[in-house]
Amino acid sequence: MGKQFTFINARVIDPKVESATSGTLTINDGLIEKRDGGIKGKVIDCGGMCLAPGIIDIGVKVCEPGEKHKESFRSASNAAAIGGVTSLVTRPDTKPSIDNPELLEFFKNRGREFSKVRIFPTASLTKKNNGKKMTEIGFLHEGGAVAFTDGFNSIPNTKTFYTILKYASDFDTLIIGHPQDHFLTQNTSASSGVFASIKGLSSSPNIAEKIGIERDTALVNNINIRYHADQITTKIGLDVLRHAKKNNKRLTAGTSVHHILFNELDIGNYRTFFKLKPPLRNNIDREALTEAIKEGLIDNICSMHTPQDEESKRLPFEEAAPGAVGLETILPASLSLYHNKVLTLNQIFRLLAFNPAEIIKKKLGSLEEGYPADIIVFDPDKPVKIDRFKFQSKSQNTPFDGFNLQGENLLTVVKGEIIFKSNSFNV
Amino acid sequence: MQKKHLIQIDDLSRSEIEEILALAETYLELNKNKDEQKHHLGSFTQINVFFENSTRTLASFELAGKKLGGIVQNIQVATSSVQKGETLIDTALTLNAMRPDLLVVRHSSSGAVNLLSEKVNCSVLNAGDGSHEHPTQALLDFLTIKYRKKKTEDLIIAICGDISHSRVARSNIALLCKFNNQVRLVGPGNLLPASFKDMGLEIYNSMEDGVRGADVIMMLRLQKERMKFGFIPSKREYFNRFGLDNQKLSLAKDDAIVMHPGPMNRGVEIDGIIADDLNRSVIQEQVEIGVALRMAILHLLVDRQK
Repeated sequence: MGKQFTFINARVIDPKVESATSGTLTINDGLIEKRDGGIKGKVIDCGGMCLAPGIIDIGVKVCEPGEKHKESFRSASNAAAIGGVTSLVTRPDTKPSIDNPELLEFFKNRGREFSKVRIFPTASLTKKNNGKKMTEIGFLHEGGAVAFTDGFNSIPNTKTFYTILKYASDFDTLIIGHPQDHFLTQNTSASSGVFASIKGLSSSPNIAEKIGIERDTALVNNINIRYHADQITTKIGLDVLRHAKKNNKRLTAGTSVHHILFNELDIGNYRTFFKLKPPLRNNIDREALTEAIKEGLIDNICSMHTPQDEESKRLPFEEAAPGAVGLETILPASLSLYHNKVLTLNQIFRLLAFNPAEIIKKKLGSLEEGYPADIIVFDPDKPVKIDRFKFQSKSQNTPFDGFNLQGENLLTVVKGEIIFKSNSFNV
Repeated sequence: MQKKHLIQIDDLSRSEIEEILALAETYLELNKNKDEQKHHLGSFTQINVFFENSTRTLASFELAGKKLGGIVQNIQVATSSVQKGETLIDTALTLNAMRPDLLVVRHSSSGAVNLLSEKVNCSVLNAGDGSHEHPTQALLDFLTIKYRKKKTEDLIIAICGDISHSRVARSNIALLCKFNNQVRLVGPGNLLPASFKDMGLEIYNSMEDGVRGADVIMMLRLQKERMKFGFIPSKREYFNRFGLDNQKLSLAKDDAIVMHPGPMNRGVEIDGIIADDLNRSVIQEQVEIGVALRMAILHLLVDRQK
């Protein structure tokens, strides 16, 4: 028998049901053994705090290989553990990109050696992520890539993409698309509209997302393959998604927590920590996104964790690198949907844990008996002030710096092992 | 002036703008009389840092500073440290350490001058940042309008050309709207963001409609790159649709004036005959007023530090 713990006095969040219940949970040998059974093994008194499956974050960039100074497996894993993220579905847009089986092997080995949280690598869809020639999808699939993606690049040539999708459909794999029209979004840094016009920023119209998701869904409807849109962020993009989902039950879509909480006006005086991909949208889009989340149109919330060093951000807005780190803020940021009465806690963990597990087809993200014991304990109400200089992540490019949010992760368990315990939590 | 830097028109209140114009008018008279002695402000150091090539704006700022008795240093960064890999912020810190009173900055990226201003102690004056703003150009245009039209409000002003990429247009829009003028934007649909309509401005894709009844026609320079990247099919088609010629000008008010921030592309956005018509074109006056206007702003920014 392995390690056995029983969590007592917990507000148990099971994403499969609507509301939280109080009770106990026993884990044993890395698995969830029993809900509301007797006390077995070591007791962990949750003191009424929430117990939920760990967050599964789709689209995390660990900057190995190539930019280890921005983020390594060790630092990403520490950041994830503190943030309540127990699984990272990593992006392949590293330097060089994960576009061959040898690199994938290296990547997995590094993850195995240095990460305390689970690593599910995705591999490049095309060599060098440049949208031209497909990678060895068969070898990479066998090698453990859970999905194929070109990160923030969309394959510009529709025929190339169509050909690759048909080839990839031979395998039971997932394609993660970045549905933004390549040419409309090229060399742009903001969303078209009054804000970009006043600030004189090169911008892409929202129809870039509409065209992107329309094209991608039209293609995958013709091919028997699973497709996940990494981030849908506009009202017109959501309208297309709503329609497309009616005809394709295997289609899923996510959004980033930054697009839920911020709009383009937050960029203010060219603040580069708010430069994201896709760019922040106007408030009509942001509100439409919130509604879509409420309606259940959006399948998962991610942080789109993209570490950038200070030098990449200390530049004029258009020259600065896009992206924000998010592993250490995804929990309190997502909980704002609970505090703003958009979703229940259970619904939030559907988007943070259960659905992402379904998307990558892993048995995770639930507290049912027999599921792996990837668990977090958190206080949903605790006020926290985000201080980027306290991050475990090697990069501190968060738009939340100085923000007051609510929600603190207290304990993180992966495969039945405690990998993080907050000082404010007494076991 | 209340703010330390002048980055955009909105940094100025209406009364501050009026103060700038009044002082500029004084300098304009002094400049005409070649009465150099009265100009002197006492010692100050002004560094003109241009990350983008410029002839006329740089010359105008240099002359304005020198006429006020300042020590003026020009740095064309396009050909110096940036090529050695120095970042904008490092350049700013280096110059700041030389303890200037003023930095006059031009940069090809929107927001770059604002970023630089956050890192230095002295006043920063925006001489054009990307497609964002060029506030001194708008102020000198405004003073030119005041001279010619004898008023600064309730005028119909058509700004014509590549609005999308124009910092001159953005500064002028902000300034002219502050003084309750009717601003019309005229240009081809791909160089004129429809979002300006949401800001309450009038949008015209026909030059004839746009200039009809106008008091002021402001022409913008069409940059060569616009043709290279396929915004415009040819010079001749552009001139046919948006080039200011006698026929289009005849639709404006009889006493309408024609402005251009320079440098002009004759035969592209403006007919050479109109450009040279001293009754209609105020292009040379804009240049002369530009020096006086910049003297006024330098004066107020230097005074502010005393």
